[in-house]
Amino acid sequence: MEVKELICIGCPLGCPITVTMNGNEVADVKGNTCKRGDVYARKEVTNPTRIVTSTVKVKGGSIPMVSVKTKNDIPKSKIFDCVKALKNVEVEAPVHIGDVIVADVADTGVDIIATKEVL
Amino acid sequence: MNTYDIVIVGGGPAGLAAAQAARNRGAESILILERDKELGGILNQCIHNGFGLHTFKEELTGPEYAARFIEKVKAQNIEYRLNTMVIDITHDKVVTAMSREDGLYQIQAKAIILAMGCRERPRGALNIPGYRPAGIFSAGTAQRLVNMEGYMPGREVVILGSGDIGLIMARRMTLEGAKVKVVAELMPYSGGLKRNIVQCLDDFGIPLKLSHTVVDIDGKERVKGVTLAKVDEHSKPIPGTEEYIPCDTLLLSVGLLPENELSRSAGVELSPLHSGPVVDESLQTNIEGIFACGNVLHVHDLVDYVSEEAAAAGEHAADYVAGKGTESSSEAIQIIPTGGVRYTVPESVHTDKMADKLTVRFRVGAVYKNCYITTYFNDEQVSRRKRPVVAPGEMEQIILEKAKLQSYPGLKTITVKIEEA
Repeated sequence: MEVKELICIGCPLGCPITVTMNGNEVADVKGNTCKRGDVYARKEVTNPTRIVTSTVKVKGGSIPMVSVKTKNDIPKSKIFDCVKALKNVEVEAPVHIGDVIVADVADTGVDIIATKEVL
Repeated sequence: MNTYDIVIVGGGPAGLAAAQAARNRGAESILILERDKELGGILNQCIHNGFGLHTFKEELTGPEYAARFIEKVKAQNIEYRLNTMVIDITHDKVVTAMSREDGLYQIQAKAIILAMGCRERPRGALNIPGYRPAGIFSAGTAQRLVNMEGYMPGREVVILGSGDIGLIMARRMTLEGAKVKVVAELMPYSGGLKRNIVQCLDDFGIPLKLSHTVVDIDGKERVKGVTLAKVDEHSKPIPGTEEYIPCDTLLLSVGLLPENELSRSAGVELSPLHSGPVVDESLQTNIEGIFACGNVLHVHDLVDYVSEEAAAAGEHAADYVAGKGTESSSEAIQIIPTGGVRYTVPESVHTDKMADKLTVRFRVGAVYKNCYITTYFNDEQVSRRKRPVVAPGEMEQIILEKAKLQSYPGLKTITVKIEEA
């Protein structure tokens, strides 16, 4: 059985996790100190995903940029497609936390939402 | 002169949490003074996620985490002034501030909470030879330029120092189209969190060179390249290991320094170990009624812990102005860092004033594997916790229980130590 060593990125504790693989199946997860670690480890060895954060331009607001994120994690392989899709996006103020900035970014089924209020 | 019960210097995560906690504890007259044009402090430029797992049990970005606190402060009608620079604090708690609208003015406070945060160690502190071309930024400055102002500092980047901001910026610059060629770290270990090495460097194939530093910066008008060299165990560059890396930008992520000019002018005693005020269990400094919390006290790696610490400072300040719990009948018990523990916050405790449980935070001076964090009451070991690894980049803590301290006869010192297994 193959053994993979990971560092959990679920929170800043960064628990070292050992995943034992039985072919393409996860046989065992050890070293995590919470449920998130287990979820992360199983995903990381089968379909790694990340939350992507960035900024887009905002017109007519008190500041020139508004921070955004993917509402949920997206496949790691889609990170660059996601930031590319944000390249020329410009929104009008006011923007509120949670506003959808781009729906279904890069065909991931996940929306890009604002993470800051810009009035 | 205007008077307030509690004046909080700084409207970042520490100041906001302190204000909110002080109000919840019954303090009426609270004023936050913030030098930027908005509340939230450094969180406003930390657009990445990973904040708030301890506090809110969900993963937020910096601006979202700040917004939670800002909303509460507004809902509680806590007064704040933006674009306001505090330029002096006296030991009798007169605060001198200035702003464009109000000019220069003074406020008499009954209690002051220091929450000014920290700033980045600049190039000048590093003694790197070379001219002073454009293209050298501290990582935090680059972060502000990219995330808040919408400017790209450069295209081909070398990062010196593997502090968290440097790691985060390696990813951010990469996502914005720059080529981050290498992150060089003087020490044999990273100063940043492990998770940031994974998700900011490994994810993008950015090399991390430990025990390396920049020995020369090439370029007169604009950075053209830097020379890296390997260093020996005394951090001295090893001749013959030099490597020239063309780049147009050098980001520095080489440490954070608590910003204590105001504390110093008030006569607050500072610790040479963590560069912040020396505090007791109430987070009170040597000056009665002046409290400290957040990165001005000691540099944190988790904002959640800042909020927790600042809330305690806010509660103690509220108690102080209400005349509660200011007198201590017990001698202060000193907390002594030794054997690998670089400092502790707080550094002393009055058992009658402490809460049932007191968190003592500390950092270690080097990487230790398979070690124990041990606690001694006087000369007797009272607790021992096994840790697979501790590192200077990750803050550690122990919890002291009031009942145990009070029932221990003749307790004078508590020693915190790293012992190898």
